[in-house]
Amino acid sequence: MKNGLNRRKFIQMSGVGIGGVMLNVPIFGNNVSASQLLSPINIALKKKMSDIALNTATSKGASYVDVRIGRYLNQYIFTREEKVRNVTNTESFGAGVRVIVDGTWGFSATNDFTENGIKQAAEQAVAIAKANSKIQTEKVVLAPNVPHGTTSWKTPLKKKAMEVPISEKVELLLAANAAAMDNGASYINNSLFQVNEQKYFASSEGSYIDQDVHRIWPTFTVTCIDKESGKFKTRDALSSPMGMGYEYMDGNDSDKIAGPVEGLIFYNKSYDIVEDAKNAAIQAKQMTTADSVEPGKYSLVMEPHHLGLTIHESVGHPLELDRVLGYEANYAGTSFATIDKWKAGNFEYGSKIVNLVADKTQTHTLGAVGFDDEGVKCKKWDLVRDGVLVNYQAIRDQVKMLDQDESHGCCYADSWDSIQFQRMPNVSLEPGKEKYSVDDMISDVEKGIYVVGRGSYSIDQQRYNFQFGGITFFEILEGKITRMINDVAYQSNTQEFWNSCSKICDENDYRFFGSFFDGKGQPGQVSAVSHGSSTTRFDNINVINTARKI
Amino acid sequence: MPILSQDESKKILDKILGFSSADHCTVALGGSEIGNIRYARNNVTTSGITSNISLRITSSFGKRSGTVTLNELSDEALKSAVGRAEELAKLSPENPEFVEPLGPQEYKEAKGFFESTAKINPDFRAQAAMDSIEPAKAKGLIAAGFLEDGVYFRSMSNSKGLFAYRKGSFADFTVTMRTEDGTGSGWVTRDFNDITKLDTAKASSIAIDKALNSKEAVTLEPGKYTVILEPAASVGLIENMIYSMNARSAEEGRSFMSKKDGETKLGELLVDPRINIYADPMNDEIPTSTWDGSGLPINKMDIIKEGVAKNMFYGRYWAKEKGVDPVPYPNGFIMSGTDDSLEDLIKSTKKGILVTRTWYIRSVDRQTLLYTGLTRDGTFYVEDGKIKYPVKNFRFNESPIIMLNNLERLGKPTRIDGNLVPPMKINDFTFTSLSDAI
Repeated sequence: MKNGLNRRKFIQMSGVGIGGVMLNVPIFGNNVSASQLLSPINIALKKKMSDIALNTATSKGASYVDVRIGRYLNQYIFTREEKVRNVTNTESFGAGVRVIVDGTWGFSATNDFTENGIKQAAEQAVAIAKANSKIQTEKVVLAPNVPHGTTSWKTPLKKKAMEVPISEKVELLLAANAAAMDNGASYINNSLFQVNEQKYFASSEGSYIDQDVHRIWPTFTVTCIDKESGKFKTRDALSSPMGMGYEYMDGNDSDKIAGPVEGLIFYNKSYDIVEDAKNAAIQAKQMTTADSVEPGKYSLVMEPHHLGLTIHESVGHPLELDRVLGYEANYAGTSFATIDKWKAGNFEYGSKIVNLVADKTQTHTLGAVGFDDEGVKCKKWDLVRDGVLVNYQAIRDQVKMLDQDESHGCCYADSWDSIQFQRMPNVSLEPGKEKYSVDDMISDVEKGIYVVGRGSYSIDQQRYNFQFGGITFFEILEGKITRMINDVAYQSNTQEFWNSCSKICDENDYRFFGSFFDGKGQPGQVSAVSHGSSTTRFDNINVINTARKI
Repeated sequence: MPILSQDESKKILDKILGFSSADHCTVALGGSEIGNIRYARNNVTTSGITSNISLRITSSFGKRSGTVTLNELSDEALKSAVGRAEELAKLSPENPEFVEPLGPQEYKEAKGFFESTAKINPDFRAQAAMDSIEPAKAKGLIAAGFLEDGVYFRSMSNSKGLFAYRKGSFADFTVTMRTEDGTGSGWVTRDFNDITKLDTAKASSIAIDKALNSKEAVTLEPGKYTVILEPAASVGLIENMIYSMNARSAEEGRSFMSKKDGETKLGELLVDPRINIYADPMNDEIPTSTWDGSGLPINKMDIIKEGVAKNMFYGRYWAKEKGVDPVPYPNGFIMSGTDDSLEDLIKSTKKGILVTRTWYIRSVDRQTLLYTGLTRDGTFYVEDGKIKYPVKNFRFNESPIIMLNNLERLGKPTRIDGNLVPPMKINDFTFTSLSDAI
């Protein structure tokens, strides 16, 4: 509902760091005690209830039915400085029934998990489909899908985050807060998000799929205020949300990557939150007195934690087939990467070294699952090969429009009561094939900026024009990093930008960035997705100065 | 079942409080029935109905609190839930910012529930979609739209005797019309509490006209322009400004409202003296909640009066720390204007840009409240009081504070996203680049 100052919408619009001043995040479902997060729902019961929905809808005239029984468990911990502000345990449980009647979709969801409740939901889904079929001229056609029988999939992990005592997690976050405050931070807001999706999928085509999906995201915002000037700067965590358990918080030395500036440390498959909080405080303080950027054209050297969001916005979203075809025209928008460009077979999305792949099978990523939310086995496929657009992201009811007969397996719903639709898989930039380090790259740049971390981001509804910022910026002159600079944002056009890609570091620098609450659809849904890349160079990019006086 | 009356809610809440043995207990009970229909490519794509009820129980001993929720209302389930909340409270760390629940409060009875909206069924939604799709087809356009409607109730009570209840209804509609060749795009939004006020055909005709008139857009160089912002073009920036008026952030030194050493700009001239922004939950056009989640009454209040910042928003803990009364965030705002129509604003413009809406607004700098975003779905060049031709979309980099200081003229407020916002003419609005997006 549009209640004016709608907090959830505000978060979507504001770009304020989730760990930042505004501690509002999309929290779905009900609060439950920690002990309730650990016990799974009986699988035989889920199959029995699914069969009731499948049989009811089929007997009422549905030509296709699927049922998703979901238990969505979250634990969010919010702290600031020496205080625990909130520990929230939430659970959402129920079932969603989706049907096709007369070539038209219908959907109904209920939290009444009784035989009668499920039956009524199936009947209501059929009634909705029938009501809408009267005005339907484009009938739904599903790409074939092999039934998978009874099967299951689990996120590979070492420590389930929900099983770690809250006191241990709180202690770690408070230790990180103390490290920041001891090193000059004025404030720190530090949060830990843990998500578990227990999803059961059944379809009238003969699949019964049980999946247990886990994700984790530690993140903070350190604020440093310069008392002399009253100027304040923030530095967010350099963590990535991951498809992992609590082992991500181990902070192993082998998972640390030293950046090209002292005190700049990146993290791969585990994260040292205390060390990063300390570095954040030191860097935030430096930012309050750093010089403002001179606007102009620069070579930009983007590290993966920054480049991930640029990939997400300028490659991930424009290559969603539902956008391309106009299904998202009323909200997120359409896409410049139209079907005719793909069909031409020579549309130069990027320079020849640019290879962008979609992959829902990469271990530890946010998008990794065994099967998507319409029972299609997940896979890897090319989107851009040698700079040329070669494919999109599509699901069962749209892939036929590409004359392809196999879904790409990227259908997702964020809850049992949300309708599943096409969502972005992990989209990643392949590392360079030749041996080439970050130091090598910087030494080759005459006038450039090294861009670190996820900052402000905005892109138009067809994904042409964008403006992105970062967390910290360093000037590069004649092959060397000279100083930290402020007020940087770059503006470009997607095709021009990717065609200006001149060098990509090798696989030793490859790591994942993640988006934990990516929004799409009406009503809005969130999803989580990873983007892998190595540090990459883009030439002749327009940089603006964002400093203002009010 | 999900929509309970005030008496039904109170009976359940009282029963739960009777089970409590904690120092304090707060219970919130709510429910909703929401339906939607979504269409694109002149066809219905998805449509669904969801209903849910939720009960949240928070128990506290000293500064330790525990919360559970459930969606069962049997005596056994309620007793067990109260027991779990109390057990959790005893295990939780102390919260130094804990504030005791409020005692009884007086609330005005919220408006905003309409039986007409509660009666919507799937056939009604299908017809509403058809009323939008058919005229689009007739003009050779492609419609993509979304109608979501629902009814809900919220109630809360606590062991200190506070009780609050309200119910409401809503219907939100948006549609985008695009030309088949993708060279024109128009959009419209409507939101009401009473569904009888929504005419999807009439609303769609505005989007249709904008789509047809926005074909063959001309390229203008980015720079500073006089702009006429329709309410949908400015509401996002103003909402962001109001939300950033949090007292704690300001007094901690990390907000656009901050000055040095904990001082703030409260009481200072912030924007043009013709700017007046206030909240009023009892306004007939945008009725909103008369209480917030902590039980604080929301009354009519000034936010900006004659350009001066009159209020910042204080949560209960921070208000206590600072020795002031808490000030809850309202659920909608009203920006005063004049009786002038959008057409009057256009007529009075020598040279300028008419902006239908802005999109993808993101914070660039919290200290200056600088935001970036783009124009979308109908951007036109105005000369000598007339719309001359469509222009390509722009990216802007602008602060609402700078924007409202550069005010030239206000028009008549209309409802937009649950707020009342006038069209406004602004000088020197900063467009920094061009977008090819249509």
